[in-house]
Formats: sequence, structure tokens, C-alpha cells
Amino acid sequence: MPSITREEVAHLARLARIELSDDELDHLAPQLDQIIALVGQVSQVAADDIPPTSHALPLTNVMRADENIPCLTPEQALSGAPASEAQRFRVPRILEED
Amino acid sequence: MSDLTRKTAAELAELMAAKQASSVEVTQAHLDRIGAVDGAVRAFLHVDTEGALAQAAAVDAKRAAGEELGPLAGVPLALKDVLTQEGVPTTAGSKVLEGWKPPYDSTVVKRLKAAGIVILGKTNMDEFAMGSSTENSAYGTTHNPWDLARIPGGSGGGSSAAISAYEAPLAIGTDTGGSIRQPGAFTGTVGVKPTYGGTSRYGLIALASSLDTPGPCARTTLDAALLHEAIAGWDPMDSTSINQDVPPVVAAARNGDVAGLRIGVVKELGGEGYQPGVEARFHEAVELLTKLGAEVVEVSCPHFEYALPAYYLILPSEASSNLAKFDAMRYGLRVGDDGTNSAETVMSLSREAGFGAEVKRRIMLGTHALSSGYYDAYYGQAQKVRTLIARDFAKAYEQVDVLVSPATPTTAFAIGDRINDPIAMYKNDLCTIPSNLAGNAAASFPCGLADEDGLPVGFHVMAPVMRDDLLYTVGAALESALAEQWGGVLMTKAPELEVTR
Amino acid sequence: MTAEVLEIEDALAQYDPVMGLEVHVELNTKSKMFCGCPTEFGAPPNTQTCPVCLGLPGALPVVNARGVESAIKIGLALNCEIAEWCRFARKNYFYPDMPKNFQTSQYDEPIAFNGWTEVVVDGETFRIEIERAHMEEDTGKSTHVGGATGRIQGASHSLVDYNRAGIPLIEIVTKTIEVPPAKAAAVARAFVSQLRDLLLALEVSDVRMDQGSLRCDANVSLKPSGTSVLGTRTETKNVNSFRSVERAITYEITRQAAVLNAGGKILQETRHWHEDTGITTSGREKSDADDYRYFPEPDLVPVAPSREWVEELRATLPEAPALRRARLQTEWGFTDLEMRDVINGNALEPIVATIELGVSASAAKKWWLGELARSANEQGVELDALPVGPAQVAEVQKLVDEGTLNDKLARQVFEGLLAGEGTPAEVIEKRGLALVSDDGPLIEAIERAIAANPDVVEKVNSGKPAAAGALIGAVMKDMRGQADAAKVRELLNAKLGI
Ligand SMILES: [Zn+2]
Repeated sequence: MPSITREEVAHLARLARIELSDDELDHLAPQLDQIIALVGQVSQVAADDIPPTSHALPLTNVMRADENIPCLTPEQALSGAPASEAQRFRVPRILEED
Repeated sequence: MSDLTRKTAAELAELMAAKQASSVEVTQAHLDRIGAVDGAVRAFLHVDTEGALAQAAAVDAKRAAGEELGPLAGVPLALKDVLTQEGVPTTAGSKVLEGWKPPYDSTVVKRLKAAGIVILGKTNMDEFAMGSSTENSAYGTTHNPWDLARIPGGSGGGSSAAISAYEAPLAIGTDTGGSIRQPGAFTGTVGVKPTYGGTSRYGLIALASSLDTPGPCARTTLDAALLHEAIAGWDPMDSTSINQDVPPVVAAARNGDVAGLRIGVVKELGGEGYQPGVEARFHEAVELLTKLGAEVVEVSCPHFEYALPAYYLILPSEASSNLAKFDAMRYGLRVGDDGTNSAETVMSLSREAGFGAEVKRRIMLGTHALSSGYYDAYYGQAQKVRTLIARDFAKAYEQVDVLVSPATPTTAFAIGDRINDPIAMYKNDLCTIPSNLAGNAAASFPCGLADEDGLPVGFHVMAPVMRDDLLYTVGAALESALAEQWGGVLMTKAPELEVTR
Repeated sequence: MTAEVLEIEDALAQYDPVMGLEVHVELNTKSKMFCGCPTEFGAPPNTQTCPVCLGLPGALPVVNARGVESAIKIGLALNCEIAEWCRFARKNYFYPDMPKNFQTSQYDEPIAFNGWTEVVVDGETFRIEIERAHMEEDTGKSTHVGGATGRIQGASHSLVDYNRAGIPLIEIVTKTIEVPPAKAAAVARAFVSQLRDLLLALEVSDVRMDQGSLRCDANVSLKPSGTSVLGTRTETKNVNSFRSVERAITYEITRQAAVLNAGGKILQETRHWHEDTGITTSGREKSDADDYRYFPEPDLVPVAPSREWVEELRATLPEAPALRRARLQTEWGFTDLEMRDVINGNALEPIVATIELGVSASAAKKWWLGELARSANEQGVELDALPVGPAQVAEVQKLVDEGTLNDKLARQVFEGLLAGEGTPAEVIEKRGLALVSDDGPLIEAIERAIAANPDVVEKVNSGKPAAAGALIGAVMKDMRGQADAAKVRELLNAKLGI
């Protein structure tokens, strides 16, 4: 039995906001299945009492003072925008309220 | 004047300091070389001719005015297209960012500019640094200057190919699982991954935040060290940056004395799956270091075998989140905005059109690994494996000063060979990944050509966190001993590229 | 659209509400939570952004120390434990006003947790347990174009301003609020109102509800009275005034009760509160798309506040509200009942400010709970939204103390002030409200009153001086109230020889 089904892959695509084609879904499902079998090996390591590591040096409390630094100009901020209007980013109609 | 493009960065800096060449001349020579060979190599995605010459002229003017300049002032460099440079197109090898001109400089670029280093242009890479061959670039594959039918390694294949093809003496790469070291090995050049946090990630388009590390690429150990020193050091804009002095990398590269240095050969990184020619050159190099006075022992790092699976959970998880920002709302490719489609639909269509197959694969994998019910088994467990790997390193460093292994199991493979087999491609990074997971410093130095295919082999050195200087000690010792044997650095054995005008 | 609702009494007769609140507070830091951009309200669009808060490729966050400090202060003031070590986490979901498509927040390691606070409603004290207070960042702001009145429905497109993106937020989450059903909505209101006072006293936020710097989400479900059968919960978002908190919760109770009584099912969904119509409407149903895939933010390192720092901050905390209220009640000499009216009327802070300007406690209470509270109630606004503040109240009272106004005239001055007729002096001038202090007209009026009321004079003369009160009334009426009653009594007594 595969560890991930085509339907699950389609669900992941929705979560990740990628409009996968049927072809891609057909392709991806078995590939992901293979990769998941590989990465699943981490569960073979007994590590219940091992703390997780996220960085090379255990840094803490890296903070900045509450001070202002110069902003981008609105022109710079909007320079990469696919569309803009009234000094704002213009985006297609939004379906769902936040 | 002899060909400026054949000189090392240190030599060029000396020439310019002695006013025997100007930065404009040096820069122009490299731009000409790019014009001559890049049609075949395809290392560059964007050549900033005007910007580079203007930077060069500015350095020349400062020198003429007697201003104090950095040790690499006026030397040209190729920049991996994953670092932002204000006003210069930055794509990370992705269609999703085609034409994007960042409104700000990355910290690395700021420091390069401050050092007077001239940025020639942006180099090709696997899309968002996901890959080991540059075949995942949306803009075509870079070719290995040693054999144009082969890949140059990845993700930073463009940067390593550029220096290997004498298009630039220096380049910047970024290393998440080997993306500086593996292309270095495949192109017969030096590639260094500094300690994580030793170089700033600000302005580096993130792949995996907890692994990404910018670092130097060069044809010699000293050049790499000079560049390392120019870009390294604490950056208040990067919370994970280490607030300590930069290790004395240049002094180490100049000194290169391994007498008494304790070197551990990692037992697990060799044997089955490793090309005989790779192993042969690696063991000869170890022998050579022994002759130079190093004490060599075998060391076991039992958890390294889990590095690859842990890496392919951590990286996709972080990447799936890091790449969410590419949604067609604020910048980048927008597809399907026909006035009726919703923002939600336009996001999905744009991401479908803008991302390549490998990027989608990893986003999906990461989304899966983080989703509810899987987190503990995947991301959580992988972070624990990370601890075990760091402990393997720590235990090893109780016995030895540095660890060594081949940089890659094989030499550069043919274009197209592994593109349909993700797992075979992933296994390229077996030797390099543990250092990214533990965050320690590591580098690949050229150690000869494999007998089977006559292609470069990389010698991999792994040093403790913030002991980047030890990499250069080993690299410099090896380099000078091998040069003595060969009558020059390995690069002098590279075939001449056909020059087109 | 409009669901049928039950009367609240009927709803509460059959169901017990189960309620929890999530309050988002925008901090008043100079710079944003993870970058140096300013946080001014109302700046031109996209003038307060940088690569970090725009989510540009390559940008990285750095934590604002003042943001952490404020979070700790809020945690301490809510009697929370402060984490010795905690991390930020990414909450992943796509939304156009969220630059990175993840919100940098905290997940299972909040900076403050397990706290409590007390609120007083109708003289009764209720304890509210605090689940957690955590740090996060605000989103940008979308303007919806092409539809009706800026609503998202029917809009052709939207325009996004990222000035607000990245402003520090503290999210305060209560545990289930367990109070008698009939008090639930009022307790919720009192909690939010008191939280606002607390945040002001801590000086960590401007708490401008009209600017959205305090936003409240209310979780409500019902269970059949006296049972422990948990119902399905709705989350009503963005309830942005104290009054609305009470109204929205009451509405949700009556709506859910009606749905349940009709045999319907409550959907687990977010709902939107409509201030104008006083109802909630269905928003987004919870689904598997709400898998936020939280994981520790790899671009930030853990926050580990030293115990020394925490204690330093604890020492800076202002008096706890409950203790302060008790102290003020004693100082002012108010009865429990009077104090309760003050608290329920949200008049504590205005009264404190008015007293600081030299007004007596009883006078301050009289105006704030009388004229001003009535006016605020009529307009459906909070006291501090009135055009009259402590300074004007003190000015009017001073005129009363000097004998220029009596209470009746003062009330008319307030009417004028509330109607925007200018300063107290201007209102008095325009409306001709000053007391007649000249004896002449008063004596004439007294003589007219004596002449018109011989029977009253007779009573006074026959040893009933209290009857003179009727004569004073007549004089005051004659003077249309513009006389100082004490003065009238004095002159009248002289005239009558008593
Ligand atoms: Zn900003």
C-alpha cells in the first residue's frame, strides 16, 4: 500500500496553493511515495529522550532596540508589483474573508 | 600583458595595488572572457557589464585618490543569483521571479561593494537552490568546463563553472546541503561552506533557513580565504548570525601547516556507492597529509546514515513555508488575472506556472511533513536526528581536529543522467549534508582526477563550529603539496574551452 | 440571511452559554515587531514598509526588544507565568494581506501563560482565567473595490496597504469563562473594558478601539442547561467596542438557541459581527484547509527572558486594578453601590481625571454618571468618545462652586457642550445661563412671592419656618431658575424676620 495516495497529494496541492494538472498528480504521487519511504527512515532512530536541534550555536535573546530605520519609498515598495493602484498593491478579488 | 583571467584574485589584487593593471582592465578582461566562452558554459544568467565597469572605475578612482582599499579591491566576482543586489535582476533560477529587480542589497553584496569587489553578474543555479546539477534551473543547464556534456554540480553550478572557465577569479555560492562544495568538487575548484551563522543570510532568498550558508568559491585556497574574510562576520539583520570574530582564515591559508594536526577519516563516508577513482584520489590525499605531519585516524559517525532522510524532511518543510511568499500578489509572475479569477485562483495558477517540477515536489513533501498528525514523526524526529549528528561530530572532535571524506561519491555525471531519478540525485549530497545539519564549517578542495573519466575529485574537510580556519590549514597544505607533484594547481590540467567571438 | 433568534431570557432558560475570548492588542512600539519601520496610524499607503515587512525574498526578521518587554508586562499584569524559554512559530496560510503567507506568531510555547484576572459586574467579582498571551504580528489592510460599501462580497478587486503588516500584536486568550449564564455577556464586556484600562495603565498600547488597536474575537457555544454536553463553537471576529462585545455575545446566544430549538446544527465557523444591524453573519466554515502547519520559526532564535529582567519589569507594574478600585472607593467615600455604578458605567478613569483637576468626588460622579452617561448611552458610544472631557467637567463645576451656576444651569451648560456650542463660557453667554447675583431683582421677586402667597406667610409667622420653602420655590420659578437658591433663602429669611 502506498504511504501517500493521489487524493492526499491533491489535498497537499490545495494547502500549498498549487494548481497541479492531472498529469502532474499522476507523476507526483508515486515519486512522493518513494521519497517518503526514504525520509521515513528517521523514525528508525530511537530518539525519544533526545532534544531537537535547530541551529549550530544555541543562541538566545537576539533582539534589536525599538528604533526606526529608513523605509523603502512607496515607489520602491511597489516596484515589483504585478499591478498597483492608488499607491497600493492591486490584487484580484478576494473570495474569503480572513 | 599576460592573460589577466588566468591570474588568481590575490595576484590581480597585487597587480592593481602596484598600479600595473586597473580594475577596469581586469574587469573588461573577464567580461571579454564571458563573451567568449559563456555561450558554451552558460554560467551566467545576467551579466551586468555597465554596473561592473562603473564599480571598477570607482575603485580605480579611489585608488588614484590614494584612498585605503581592501585586499580584494577591484577584483571581479560572479554572484549566485540567489542573493539580492539592488536594481539587478535576481531570479533564484526560477520563472516565478523572472525580471524581478530587488530594491535592496543583501548583506553579502553590501560587504562585497564595501570591499571594492566588482560584481560581474548573476550566475545560474538550480531553481531556489533545489538540486545538484543546475538542471532544475528555469533558464537552462550550465555546462561543466571540464566536459561540456556534463553537469557542473549544483545548486551553485553557475558560480563554480564561472571560476573554472576563467570567467571570474571569485564567486559567491550558498550551501544548504552541499551547493558550494559539490560543484567545487565537480569543477576542480575550492568551495567553502562557512560555519552556519558565520556569514549573513540577509538578502539570501531562503531555501531552508536553518541550513542556508553563503560562502566563497575560488580557484585557490588563499583566494577563497580572502573572499571569506570579506563577507563573513556578525550581521544585526540576521538573528542567527554569530556575534564573534571571524576565524583567522587568511592567516591559515597562508600558513598551511598540518604538522601535528589530528585528522579523522569518517568510516561511514566511503565504500559501497563510491566511484573507485574518487576513493583512490581521496586516500592518496590522506597519505600526503600524513607525510606532511598530520596524524590520521579512522573515526565513526554512526548517525550520518540518517543525515540524508533528516535533511529531506527539514529542507522541504522549511522551503514549503519560505516559498509561500511567491504568490503573485506583491512581485513576480502573475498568471490568470483575467478580471474574473479570484486572488486564491490566481495564486494557485501562478505557482503552478512559476515553479518547476523539483520545487513542486519539495513543497509538497514539506507541506506533508508539517501537516497535522505528521509533524512529530517527520519534522520533529528529523530535528532530533540533527542532535544525534551534532553529537557524532562533537564526539569525533574530542579525538581529532578535523574530519575528512570524499566531497562526493562520484565525479560529475552527464547532463540528463539523473534528472528523472530524484533519489539518485539526492544521494550526491551524502557527504556534504551532515555539516549543514550540524552547522559546522566544511570545504571541498581539488585533489586530483579520477582515473575512469579524468574528472576532478574533491577532498572534503569538516571543521568544528567557528573553526573555519582549520579548513584552510588543510586546504593550503594539500594544495601546495599537490601543486608540487603536478607542477601547478589542478585547474591547469583543465582542457581549454573553445573560444567563440 | 437573518437567522431567527430567541429572546435572551428564553435562550438562557434552556441553554448555558460557554464562552471564551481572544483579544488582539496592537502595541505602541515605535517600530514594528520584526523590522525598523514606524507604526504610525493613518500614514499614506505603503510608506511604512521595508523588505522585511513586505516579505520580499531574502529579508529576515529581528525581534523588537520592546515588543517582548511589553508582552512580559502584559503577562505579569494578568498574573501569568512567564516562560523561561520560548520560541516563535510560523502559522502557515495564504492570504493576500499577509506578505510572507505565514504569520510569525507563537504556538505551543507562548511567552505568558496560566494567568487570571478579576472583573466586577453589578458589585459582584468574577475571576477570569487566562490561558495565554503570546506575541505575533499584524497583517496588511485590504480595501475592496467595486462592490457595495467596501464589502468583500461583490468586489471586483482589492487594494492592499502593508503599513500595518508587522506591527506587534499580543494575543490574549481566556480559558472558558465560567459565570452564571445571565451574566456571561456582561462579564465579557467588563473583561474587555478592564483589559483596556490595564493596557493603558501599562502604557504598552494606545488601545484605540476605533483604530483597531484592540480587537476582540468571541467564541460561543451552548449546552443544554445544567448538562455538560458541549456544543459546537462559533468564533465571532473583530468585535470592536465594549458594547459590541456584550451585544455580539448576546446575539450569538439567541441565534444558536433558535437554531438548536428548530432542530438545526451549529456549524463550526467564523462569523462576522455587524455593528449597524447588531447581528452576526456566517463567515468561513472551519475545514481541513485550516491546517496551519505550525513549526518553530527558523529565522529567529529562542527568547529566554532572564528572571532578573522579569522581576525588574514586575517592579514597574502599576497597581493592580482591583486594589486600585478598592483604594479609590475608600478615598472617595463611595458606597459599594455607588462604586459599582461607576465601574459599570466605565466612568472610573474620567472620574479620576476630573478629581485630579480639583473637583470633589461626589461632584465628579454626579456629572459623569448623570448628564454625560445619559448622553453617551443615547448616542450608543463610550464615555471617552464624547466631546466633553474631564477638563470641561472641572471648569463647569468650578463655576458652580463660585456661585455662577447652580446644578440646573450646569446641566444646561453640559447640554450646550455636548451639542458642540463651544467652551463653557461661550455656552453660558449664548444661552444666557448665569445666575442673577444682583439683590435688586431678587428682592422684587421675593416681594411678589410674598404678595401672592399670604397663606404661606401666615404659616411661617405662626411658627412653621419650614413652610418658607414654598416661597423659595416660587421665587426660583419667577427667576426661571437663574438664581442661587441659598442667596434667595438668605434674603427671604431677612424679609420675613426669621
Ligand atoms: Zn518594515
